[in-house]
Amino acid sequence: MRTTLTPEQITERLAKRFAEGVAAHLPPGEGSSQLAIVGRDLLLDVLSFLKSNPELSFDFLMDVTAIDHLHFEDPAIGERFVTVYQLYSTTHNHRFTLKTPVPEDDAQVPSAVELWGSALWAEREAHDMYGIRFEGNPDLRRLLMPEDFPGFPLRKDYPLRGRGERDAFPQYLDSGPVSRQAAGASAEDAPEGPGNGEGDGE
Amino acid sequence: MNKEREITDKPVEQDPPDHLGADLLRKGLAEDPDYRGEHPEPRFFITDETEDDFGGRMMTLNLGPQHPATHGTLRVILKVRGEKIIAADTEIGFLHTGFEKLAEHMSYQQWVTVTDRMNYMSAMNNNVGYAIACEQLLGVEVPRRAQVIRVILSEFSRLADHIVCNGLAGMDVGAFSLMLWAFERREKVYDLMEAVTGTRLTTSYTRIGGVFRDLPEDFEEMAKSLVEEFRRFLEEMRSMTLGNRIFEDRMRGVGVIRGEDAVNWGITGPILRASGVAYDVRKAMPYSGYERYDFEIPTQEDGDSYARFVQRLAECEQSLDIICQALDDLPDGPILSEDKKISLPEKDEVHQNIESLIHHFKQIMFGHGILPERGREVYSATESPNGELGYYMVSDGEMNSYKTRVRPPSIFHFAVLPQLIEGSMISDAIAVLGTLNVIAGELDR
Amino acid sequence: MGLEKLLGDNIITTSVNSLASWARKNALWPMPFGTACCAIEMMATLSGRFDMARFGAEVIRFSPRQADLMIVSGRISIKMMPVLLKIYEQMPEPKWVISMGACASSGGVFDTYTLVQGVDQFLPVHCYIPGCPPRPESLLDALMKIQAIIGEEGERDEKEEMEIAAQLEKPASAERETTEPPLPGGS
Ligand code: SF4
Repeated sequence: MRTTLTPEQITERLAKRFAEGVAAHLPPGEGSSQLAIVGRDLLLDVLSFLKSNPELSFDFLMDVTAIDHLHFEDPAIGERFVTVYQLYSTTHNHRFTLKTPVPEDDAQVPSAVELWGSALWAEREAHDMYGIRFEGNPDLRRLLMPEDFPGFPLRKDYPLRGRGERDAFPQYLDSGPVSRQAAGASAEDAPEGPGNGEGDGE
Repeated sequence: MNKEREITDKPVEQDPPDHLGADLLRKGLAEDPDYRGEHPEPRFFITDETEDDFGGRMMTLNLGPQHPATHGTLRVILKVRGEKIIAADTEIGFLHTGFEKLAEHMSYQQWVTVTDRMNYMSAMNNNVGYAIACEQLLGVEVPRRAQVIRVILSEFSRLADHIVCNGLAGMDVGAFSLMLWAFERREKVYDLMEAVTGTRLTTSYTRIGGVFRDLPEDFEEMAKSLVEEFRRFLEEMRSMTLGNRIFEDRMRGVGVIRGEDAVNWGITGPILRASGVAYDVRKAMPYSGYERYDFEIPTQEDGDSYARFVQRLAECEQSLDIICQALDDLPDGPILSEDKKISLPEKDEVHQNIESLIHHFKQIMFGHGILPERGREVYSATESPNGELGYYMVSDGEMNSYKTRVRPPSIFHFAVLPQLIEGSMISDAIAVLGTLNVIAGELDR
Repeated sequence: MGLEKLLGDNIITTSVNSLASWARKNALWPMPFGTACCAIEMMATLSGRFDMARFGAEVIRFSPRQADLMIVSGRISIKMMPVLLKIYEQMPEPKWVISMGACASSGGVFDTYTLVQGVDQFLPVHCYIPGCPPRPESLLDALMKIQAIIGEEGERDEKEEMEIAAQLEKPASAERETTEPPLPGGS
């Protein structure tokens, strides 16, 4: 039976089940739809409730992404990062958005791969772009950037034009193109300034 | 030989698992002692120790990133014994351009041009999806005429995308002329697009609150004759492929995706519907007035490459129907929202009228522009030819968005590829890849 | 030259260089390195309506070892650049490169962290095509420009060789003058 619920009704049901664990949040502006903010310890419980409850039965995890709140603090979030889950139910034809705050110094959240296969690559991309670890995701390699790429491009403190990676090619060329062991660089010893040592001024 | 076993790599006696992919991956990765769990260690599914039941020698084969059959910059690493694929891994990102980062540095109107370059096979659908997301963010009403124009053009764009995908899939399995035919018909769609938007491929036609300019005078005639031509062409395509022994042998039974797996994996669009799940954003959550048109959501049962091919043809028919209905009730009226804070005034008026000049100035100058409310956010989904195209946007009240996330359908489709081709032949892998219609620009953004 | 008279109307004499460059320029084998939207326009150029075959360049080679013209069309990211270089290195000499579209030529609008700002930083490019994407006609135009370049190269080579030959001849004839006295008789 198809019973489409509004986001308000969904948050109500979540509040009934999880009490304080889930906070409803209504973004400003007319016609905004309500969403829920949940702590990461409860995240998996809430997600599996959303998936298995017959009134909700969210069978699609449409998207997982993250936001870096460095320059725009949101009092409802209170942390630097937040992961965002977009859900959809084919049975009831309703959508819902769930957010989980992630602190900067301990950037990890439990992975939703157990519940939805689509989380696998979506989380992998969020990891690649923001450096958030999804605990339990079996494949947290970089998705879009080269494996030896230092830095996380969608973080707000990463410059649009990069830190000189796009000019630092001689290191690739020395050890042969498409070589993977090229730069032994990891996120920690990433160069801060523009240019990358030998790559400068080439 | 049981296809099920081949595809899922599971003993047949066992009950199908709840989450096919998660199980497989657990098996394949988490128990692997080599697995290091996080970046930046390079790691592949396939190590040289991968065992072969027959003690034969295995070979690693690299398909892409520059390979004619991948239709884009994808890389598939295959572990093969003879012609049989034992294991597969994928690598993407060869076309990563930083679209989402760019969105944080460009104004809302400017980014319309960038959306073209994502799914370049059907740029119009991207334009429309983005414009709708922005309109929701701002709470703008779009005039009816603009909505109908958007519907007509995005359906034409969908047609071009579907037939080119089918043509290329046909080429991959040996029906070369199919691709030449498809390209010829697509040129006709380009002619139409050029007459309306001024460009062939990268249309950049929508504006927030409407469209960039009105239709040319002879548009209806052109569109109608194109619809007729397409009806004939679809018949030709059908008669050439369906029922053709060689074609069926190559396409049937390869790359089977079952409905529940497709849902679990986030697969949308024609691929999901070819697996029997009737989810289409145009019907489920209509936008741009799709609720006014009478059309159906065709579905197929089998979920294999053949079903996807047939599904695309069936959807083309529906698109033609929608176009005909939309052409019949194309209303007159403005094509851009009247809200002067959002739509740019006419150039003539800017030159002659101080108020228009001010509006123009305020929108173009840095630090002004279109300003949504601070903290507002929206997830808006539209049906692109490949599936659900979602835009998630967050505003911090500045002239450029704080966060723009594109939910590309392709990425979820490509993620399943290793599972679909493991255990099959190399040539089947090509037949599967062709019907998944993975567009690298959209995949990597 | 008197040779033509002997050979009749149906035979033309030429030098090996001009012949080779004439053959090369009318039978280019392109290696399409297409990555993004520009590749779609490249495909349109190859297919029915625009038909690059009219210019002798229809033999698309996906194997770089058999190609002599590389068409770089589309955005090249830092992940793709090593691949492009590898493929370029595999092409046999002589080879030519067309950089198609704003992205391949200069990065276009995508001045971002991952995009190479122009492939000419890494490869010698013989012809740039502006546009985003360039129309098929411009690609054909670029092809004809490349043909002109090849033709000129042949002529230049020929001229150079003539000069070298002339230089080689000079001392020899000078020697002859000194060692061999003019034939007697006639006076
Ligand atoms: S120049 Fe334009 S059309 Fe060509 S690849 Fe770049 S963005 Fe695409």
